[in-house]
Amino acid sequence: MDLLTFARGPALKIALAVFCVGVTWRIVSIALLRIRRTENRPRNSWLRSALSGVVAVGSRSWPHRAFIARTGAGEALGYSYHLGLFAVVLLFTPHILLIGSLSGVTWPGLPSGAISVVSVLTVTLLLAVVFRRITHPVLRLLSNADDYFSCFITLLVLVTGIAATAHIGGPYQTLLAFHILSFDVLLLWFPFGKLMHAFYIFPSRALNGALLARKGAVS
Amino acid sequence: MNESAVIPGATIAAGEDRSDAARVTGAMRGFALEIGALSAFRMESCIHCGICAEACHFYIATDDPQYTPIWKVEPFKQAYKREASAFAPLVRLLGLKREVTAAQLENWQHLLFDSCNLCGRCSLICPMGIDVAALIEQARHAMFDAGLAPKELYAKAAHQKRTGQPEASAERYRERLLAIGKDFGVEIPLDRTQVDLMLCVPRTDIEDYPGAVAALARVMAHLGISCTFRSDGLVAENYGYFAGGKEWQRDISLRLIDQVIACGAKVLLVPECGHAYTALRWEAADLYGAPLPFRVLSVTEFLADELRAGRLALNRADLGKTTFQDPCQLVRKGGVNDAPRALLAALGVDLHELENHGGFAFCCGGGGGVVDIERAAPLRYRAMETKLREVDDTGATTFLTSCSDCRRTFDDAKAHFDWERKPQSLLELVAANLAGPGRSA
Repeated sequence: MDLLTFARGPALKIALAVFCVGVTWRIVSIALLRIRRTENRPRNSWLRSALSGVVAVGSRSWPHRAFIARTGAGEALGYSYHLGLFAVVLLFTPHILLIGSLSGVTWPGLPSGAISVVSVLTVTLLLAVVFRRITHPVLRLLSNADDYFSCFITLLVLVTGIAATAHIGGPYQTLLAFHILSFDVLLLWFPFGKLMHAFYIFPSRALNGALLARKGAVS
Repeated sequence: MNESAVIPGATIAAGEDRSDAARVTGAMRGFALEIGALSAFRMESCIHCGICAEACHFYIATDDPQYTPIWKVEPFKQAYKREASAFAPLVRLLGLKREVTAAQLENWQHLLFDSCNLCGRCSLICPMGIDVAALIEQARHAMFDAGLAPKELYAKAAHQKRTGQPEASAERYRERLLAIGKDFGVEIPLDRTQVDLMLCVPRTDIEDYPGAVAALARVMAHLGISCTFRSDGLVAENYGYFAGGKEWQRDISLRLIDQVIACGAKVLLVPECGHAYTALRWEAADLYGAPLPFRVLSVTEFLADELRAGRLALNRADLGKTTFQDPCQLVRKGGVNDAPRALLAALGVDLHELENHGGFAFCCGGGGGVVDIERAAPLRYRAMETKLREVDDTGATTFLTSCSDCRRTFDDAKAHFDWERKPQSLLELVAANLAGPGRSA
């Protein structure tokens, strides 16, 4: 079995299995902890609170006016590379075809030239994010191996993808194998580290928004 | 903690000397009691983006990363990962998270108590929607169980649990209350039964602002409200809440709850005291174990309701340029957003808002018991500077608030900085501008 066959065969299957089981267990393990009911009287109805929770999912995507001056640039940097990631993952035609072969659903992609530009831009932004994490006193204090490894593996998938597409650094088959292998590692790592935020972000915002609205407070 | 500035040593309350092992065991027991799905979810969701620092006046004033709000719960995130998270056995096996140590907990006393007002501003900035302040409050519970509540808060909580008032006074508060009534020429309703509403009073007002106590009684009399103070449930503040002693908080809350039930009131009116509002409006029922058999209202929202219902009319107050300090617990965390401004509008106040106001206002710096912690004063003064600058920038000649702890904190700043503004009570302003003869007349 050559490296490419291994990467997109057994390695991918194992990685997907670990991803699915791990993510499910990580979410279930929280749900298994006690959920306390509160006895205080809400100021707003559960319906209004729930709607506020839904609104908070969107409104927390950008800082409130009071905070923009201090956090706008950092948040813009973070969101920019996420947008780049989404574009590369979901709008690159080979990725769409792969997803289509598994799900039967396809959609139009961006021209490969545009994807190349976006990919390089995304890598640059992600490097800037890592640089900021290393140099900003608050981020440096908070950061641990999980944060750095999550950034590293994301970068690796992007860089090997660019290399494979541009045929830089070796035969295409080998580069593609490295790209898929790095993605396998990302899937394996996903349930254990910070990448899980992809599953937490919307329910977390919604919950906080709903709980604050329950008290009539701004969210 | 390599990057932090000076961390003052922990203060240990008398009677709370313990071995390191006992301290860690206590903290972990307290922590385990607190961990539920909600707090676990909050800790899991943190992406270490550090944005919460940018909402915190302690960080903004110092640029010291240790004051990043989520960092203040780091030992408890560490313990959660090691003991209760999805892959806790793996975390322990591979040594990915170290056990929390007594020394670490002692260092964190400064972060959890001296440098956090529980103001909740960080909970509004988090892009993941984490209520960081709620986690800090839970961490305080664990610190209390480790015997690591700051000595001042511990002593006041212990005294209040035992006697009903947070510290000894030359004259017991009951007598002091009656004396205030005499001094200000207002009747103090005391120990009545079968009333509609029960009143309580901030210890800060009893000690420092008797005019606010008289104002409360005067407004109630003017409105013809059937109400009473109760000798056995006078004090609004809850030092158990500040110290993190959940059982003590419960006992102190029960003292008031029992009195409301005893006098048959349908409403417990929380005076101008933000943390008392949080403790009674949002936390007491959970500690009581059932919905409270009465409503809890802040005096500010009660007066605004009376105004809206047409039962309260106010004269215009000629104050000149005025600004208003939003108490965090009442507004940002309590949802009493519109009431203060409804009253200010009815008084015809020329309101000039602070740069950050309403739910986004900065804390006065004294909340969460910080104003009572002697060691925290230098840091508190630094953190307050942002707020004082905002007040100065409005050019207001009158500075109002509706929280006696805010008032006390600003008065302290007035003395410390030789600041020219004097905070005044919104309730006292209302009492001084009541229109009409009143219904009790």
